[in-house]
Amino acid sequence: MSSQKVISRQTGLEDTQYKWGFEFDIESDVIPKGLNEDIVRLISSKKGEPDWMLEWRLKAYRHWTKLGLEEPEWANIHHAPIDFQDMIYYAAPKSKGDGPKSLDEVDPELIESFNKLGIPLEEQKKLSGVAVDAILDSVSVATTYQDMLEKAGVIFCSMSEAIKNHPDIVQKYLGSVVPYSDNFYATLNSAVFSDGSFCYVPPGVRCPVELMTYFRINEVDTGQFERTLIIADEGSYVSYLEGCTAPMRKTHQLHAAVVELVALDNAEIKYSTLQNWYPGDKNGEGGVYNFVTKRGKAAGVNSKISWAQVETGSAITWKYPSVILQGDNSVGEFYSVALVNNFQQADTGTKMTHLGKNTRSTIIAKGISAGHAENTYRGQVKIMPSATGARNFTQCDSLLIGDQCGAHTVPYIEVRNPTAQLEHEASTSKVSDDELFYIQQRGISNEDAHYMIINGFCRGIFKELPFEFAAEASQLLRVSLEGAVG
Amino acid sequence: MIDRMQTDRPLLEIRDLHVAVGETEILRGVDLTVRLGEVHAIMGPNGSGKSTLAGVLAGRPEFTVTSGDALYQGENLLTLAMPPENRARDGIFLAFQYPVELPGVRTWQFLKAAVDALREHRGQKQLSIREFDSLVEEARQLVEIEPGLIKRSVNEGFSGGEKKRNEILQLALLDPTLALLDETDSGLDIDALRIVANGINQFRGPSKAIVLVTHYQRILNYITPDYVHVLVDGRIVRSGGKELALELEEKGYDWVRDPTAAGAEVTA
Repeated sequence: MSSQKVISRQTGLEDTQYKWGFEFDIESDVIPKGLNEDIVRLISSKKGEPDWMLEWRLKAYRHWTKLGLEEPEWANIHHAPIDFQDMIYYAAPKSKGDGPKSLDEVDPELIESFNKLGIPLEEQKKLSGVAVDAILDSVSVATTYQDMLEKAGVIFCSMSEAIKNHPDIVQKYLGSVVPYSDNFYATLNSAVFSDGSFCYVPPGVRCPVELMTYFRINEVDTGQFERTLIIADEGSYVSYLEGCTAPMRKTHQLHAAVVELVALDNAEIKYSTLQNWYPGDKNGEGGVYNFVTKRGKAAGVNSKISWAQVETGSAITWKYPSVILQGDNSVGEFYSVALVNNFQQADTGTKMTHLGKNTRSTIIAKGISAGHAENTYRGQVKIMPSATGARNFTQCDSLLIGDQCGAHTVPYIEVRNPTAQLEHEASTSKVSDDELFYIQQRGISNEDAHYMIINGFCRGIFKELPFEFAAEASQLLRVSLEGAVG
Repeated sequence: MIDRMQTDRPLLEIRDLHVAVGETEILRGVDLTVRLGEVHAIMGPNGSGKSTLAGVLAGRPEFTVTSGDALYQGENLLTLAMPPENRARDGIFLAFQYPVELPGVRTWQFLKAAVDALREHRGQKQLSIREFDSLVEEARQLVEIEPGLIKRSVNEGFSGGEKKRNEILQLALLDPTLALLDETDSGLDIDALRIVANGINQFRGPSKAIVLVTHYQRILNYITPDYVHVLVDGRIVRSGGKELALELEEKGYDWVRDPTAAGAEVTA
């Protein structure tokens, strides 16, 4: 059933602004288009999965078919219907035998391709202080820093490996935060997810390096459905980074990932994303549909989950990294910069669900809109009756560039305990002429003055990012806004 | 002879300048010649057009020049519609009456970007962090502001006096040729006024020129102008030496506004 082919380097698109738009020239193992039970079984068998995993997938698939192919419609986004049968659900770089056992066995061309993206995988060139799991299309191709992590007892591997080697942990936590029936895209992901990253940090361990997963869609007409599961056991700490790019294509590509985080007593997870999927060209042609479900459970007492995201890519972004604050005194944080330009659409925000006593959440969302783009912040703060003494602080700021774009703020607040304290601040502004003139009067160009103001607007978020991500994020804003200012 | 003409060329020559904001004419025929080494004080009542004059020279976008010229180093700023950053790079500096707050933009980073842009324009190589920091420190000590302010967002949460001193810090750091000081003295207590005036006097020199816009004579006790001009209703109605400022202080602006009173003074 599988076919093999060599992908040409031509994407047929000329767009100099998206420098990650080139294609990897590698051989791929691709399954036929379409989705049915046989495809689900095929994906599972290609990955050599145990029965329990296949059963879980099939349950999800059957549930998905009952949803009647109806995608959620409540978000402030617009796109033509997605043909879920006209899509490839599994693509993997072709490898000999069982796939690489170590980095030495990874196709050198593949390593070179990741080098071009600025993600070196070789031992001698690897990013200092960051362990990288590189995921191409559907599968994990390499994970760096394995030795050091092993010594610390940290498990960081692809989801496929985790299913094989750590089935107990996977079975215990998979779907425990985002059940397979959670929403249309999460259900689809549960049926067909091909790979992703898995991380388990044992009790009392502070993960010695940052962990990073780099996602890359390469194949034409493929959807990417990765699934990430991170568990921080009691008293542990881990910082996890996620980056993503895709080649430029005229057609839209679907990315429907699920990320689940679990923090036990006194544990902390910091999860940072630089989302830079191909946004489409300046006329809105092509680009990735990024429909992602991310949720963390601050399950233990004094646990903490912190999301930081910089979203600049994708034709459409639909994601709400959320926290269930279950443990008493647990903390949830969401820091976000969402930038849209040209015809991009973003509907993003968070959900903070307070269950435990004295739980605290902070939401700081910065939206930047330029061109003809639409940006919506959608956030929910829910204080349940059990959450005595809960507190939330929310701040949503929107910055408009030009007069053809839009910014929307849709907060939902539900308070069912009278002791709760909530604060909500929101602002919408334009880059002011006074600010520009002041900066330009000091010899700085109009364009640089814009970036200075925009960077200043985002500074509160950038300082939440790991150091190596913050500089890249600022650069990314600049590249994404090219042509919109100055 | 040609050389002599070159050196004699004024730094700034404003001829019959008319400027409007929207439909309202603010400047109604201003003439002013400024040479290197000179300090000109422009005085006048509120709404007379003093700040407009400073702003239009710096290239503030909301002003429309309806007629007239402003030659700076022989180039016509107005007909060239030169953007503000080019004027700045060519040595025109405006100390703002109301310095703008830039949330999230660190003062250090702002100053660095400005110095980098100027040096690049002049074909000088970029300063090392160490060299830059020592320049900033020198300027900071000159205007006596807290070291902590350099790390904070530009002007955000600064007191009125700190904002004005920050303007003079930038003047010292960027070392322009023509300084336009727009009511730099307003809102300053006596100590801050002394500090700001000292900064301006340090800047003063034979290769510099200053146009100092002010409502009050007070700052002129510290900075002695070579010329004083009185701007009323968009026109310079009187020019003279430093003693004109004292006379104004004593007699008020009505004295110059009233043509008969002014005429009496001339014939006296």
